[in-house]
Amino acid sequence: MYEIVAFYLFSALIIGLFLVTVMSKNILYAMTSLAAGMVLISGLFFILGADFLGVVQLVVYVGAIMALYAFAMMFFDATRDIKEKNTNNTLVFLLGGLTAMVLVLMFAAPIYSENIQALYPMTEGVGNAQDVGMVLFTKYLIPFEVAALMLLVAMIAGIILAGKKMDDSLTEDLSADDEIMIAKDEK
Amino acid sequence: MEAVNILPEVTWVGVLIKAVLILAIISALAGFGTFIERKVLAFMQRRLGPMHVGPYGLLQIAADGIKLFTKEDIIPQNANKLIFMIAPIITAATAFIALSAVPVFPDFTIPEFVPVLGGVFVPSIAADLNVGILFVLGMMAAGLYGPLLAGMSQANKWGIIGAARTAVQFLSYEVVTGLSILAPIMLVGSLSFVDFNNYQQEGVMSWMIWQQPVAFVLFLIAGFAETNRTPFDLLEHEAEVVSGYATEYSGMRWGMFFIGEYANMITISIIAAIVFLGGYDAASTFGWLFIMLKIAFFFFLMLWVRAAWPHVRPDQLMWLCWKVLMPLALVNILITALVILV
Repeated sequence: MYEIVAFYLFSALIIGLFLVTVMSKNILYAMTSLAAGMVLISGLFFILGADFLGVVQLVVYVGAIMALYAFAMMFFDATRDIKEKNTNNTLVFLLGGLTAMVLVLMFAAPIYSENIQALYPMTEGVGNAQDVGMVLFTKYLIPFEVAALMLLVAMIAGIILAGKKMDDSLTEDLSADDEIMIAKDEK
Repeated sequence: MEAVNILPEVTWVGVLIKAVLILAIISALAGFGTFIERKVLAFMQRRLGPMHVGPYGLLQIAADGIKLFTKEDIIPQNANKLIFMIAPIITAATAFIALSAVPVFPDFTIPEFVPVLGGVFVPSIAADLNVGILFVLGMMAAGLYGPLLAGMSQANKWGIIGAARTAVQFLSYEVVTGLSILAPIMLVGSLSFVDFNNYQQEGVMSWMIWQQPVAFVLFLIAGFAETNRTPFDLLEHEAEVVSGYATEYSGMRWGMFFIGEYANMITISIIAAIVFLGGYDAASTFGWLFIMLKIAFFFFLMLWVRAAWPHVRPDQLMWLCWKVLMPLALVNILITALVILV
């Protein structure tokens, strides 16, 4: 009973918040509602008893990914509305609607025909984290390792891109001052 | 749907009572913490601290509280008003939600002589999750939205700088917190605080701090950074950025940031006490007293460090995190894994 109430409450809130994300012209509103929606999605995981996934949702999406979005947003004036450039409203509406419908059909069809079954049901007496670990390191080992490799590649690329001038201090190096002055003069 | 193994003793009334208790006690402790902080700092700097209001200045808390509640709640003209108003609530709320999954006392039975409630068995955690540690760390990580949104919504340059520092500092030190606590998690083989506590029940020598001294030190340092305590309190460093993200706040909204910060300090103290210093000893009679002393010690340590150490520069902060602490944490995990394997 509680679960049903909680589920509908969370669902309504998530949809509402994500609507704000899409519709709002203010990036601060969009970001805040997206983050709040992510928190509530972790609530759905908790209702299903998947504590570990819920917490991972919290740590990864709310704690890391959204925070990076937020960090990128520092470069804009967050208190002002942005001017949107809408190309063709009907086209956007049509394509978006079609995509949404395909997604709903994809996920609803197996549930409707009751053909869906858990391939890896939860093991009795074993915690959530252990269960995820078992599946991750047996069935999904290769995708897991590939993902790790991709992250490593991205990390190395990031370090190379950012690390060129890492050892020069911007504040102590006087030639950096000159560069700034030159840039100012050119303006 | 019924997958959560809830003890039969957990009732929604009990959970509600515990939630209210956490809110009331921690809010009061946060207020009291400010008084203790001023007194300890004064003692270490050979001053008297608050002395005039009440005996030993004890009523200073009440005076400060009244001031905070009655002060005008100013919202700057160009700020994004809604986000500006929500931001402090996020800080306070995430701090308290994190506390809901932390056990402080062993499960106990209320003695018979207490009217009405006598003989009721009380599980001590408000929300006993199997992944308690991750939940608490995740919730504290979500707490970064408070300062971040506050800084970005207030149309103030100091606010923006404070918000940027928030994002950088919290994101970086989350890595260290997570990695440093991973080694103890590997030893215990569980993410539950109760398992951590039970792992260390064979006396002082079984405490995690003897097996994982490096992880302990790393966790403390990262904990200081995550709670915005002094060597790392760059988010609102007066000498550089006025008050950082809190520049435009006044009255109760500023107070909520404050309460959130103190609640986070208490959370970090509790985690350190449970994970590294043996936690509550459920078997002994005075386990509840010892854990209070441990938590109080960590709280005191935070004040002590504030009195003893100067701030670091932002670049030193990043240098410390990525070039010293994180490699150390990784090496620590590697060695722990090798020891477990062999």
